Amino acid sequence: MAAPKPRVKVPKSAAAGEVITIKTLISHTMESGQRKDSSGNVIPRQIINKFTCEFNGKPVFSCDIEPAISANPYFEFTAKVMESGTFTFAWADDNGETYTHEQAIEVK
Amino acid sequence: MQVTRRQALGLSAGAMAFVALGPGLKAARADEAATEKMLMEFTGGKAPASGKITLTAPEIAENGNTVPITVSVESEMTDASYVESVTLLADGNPNPAVATFNFTPMSGEATATTRMRLARTQNVVAVAKMSDGSVFMDKKQVKVTIGGCGG
Repeated sequence: MAAPKPRVKVPKSAAAGEVITIKTLISHTMESGQRKDSSGNVIPRQIINKFTCEFNGKPVFSCDIEPAISANPYFEFTAKVMESGTFTFAWADDNGETYTHEQAIEVK
Repeated sequence: MQVTRRQALGLSAGAMAFVALGPGLKAARADEAATEKMLMEFTGGKAPASGKITLTAPEIAENGNTVPITVSVESEMTDASYVESVTLLADGNPNPAVATFNFTPMSGEATATTRMRLARTQNVVAVAKMSDGSVFMDKKQVKVTIGGCGG
């Protein structure tokens, strides 16, 4: 599998106190652990099990994920921004790796 | 009694159908019980009320591999009163748990969208837990044309 590539859409700027919509997607097969290969062996589970979004170090939104989430997990959620800062997104893989992405927003 | 080829075929097909159906029915019931159990674990034994929470899902999903689903909960989302978490359950999947969204007052609105897998036609349940401990539930049936669990 190619290295998971996060893609995030955050508005570049917003008014103070505005509720913005954030869209995130990461390329990942989300192997459910239910499928079998051609010789009948179960393909081991490997999914993104946790997604978190923080703004300037404070939690905004997080999601505990089960195998029932589709491949290339997509999340759309909202955040209320009061000041300029950076959103940090993190995806935790079953194999112990964490993929992160940062995006700045300017509040006018 | 003389058994004709036609009778023999009919009998074996019937027997096979019975064998195939038996465990299937059993599993479906077990899953509904498991869903109920998970729901109770999430709410801490409280029976959820209806209202406040809206689950948006397609009536018919052509492809069970990616079913878009949106939950939104009415709330002020202030430090005093906000939605703590929303859990999604699907009672016909091999494992009913789907995902749990955790919100904070910084979320602004308790709304989230994702894409989920559905093995077959079934009910999708969304349960919201508020900061004051109250729980709300919404349920939608989604008809699935092609299942999404690699079957």
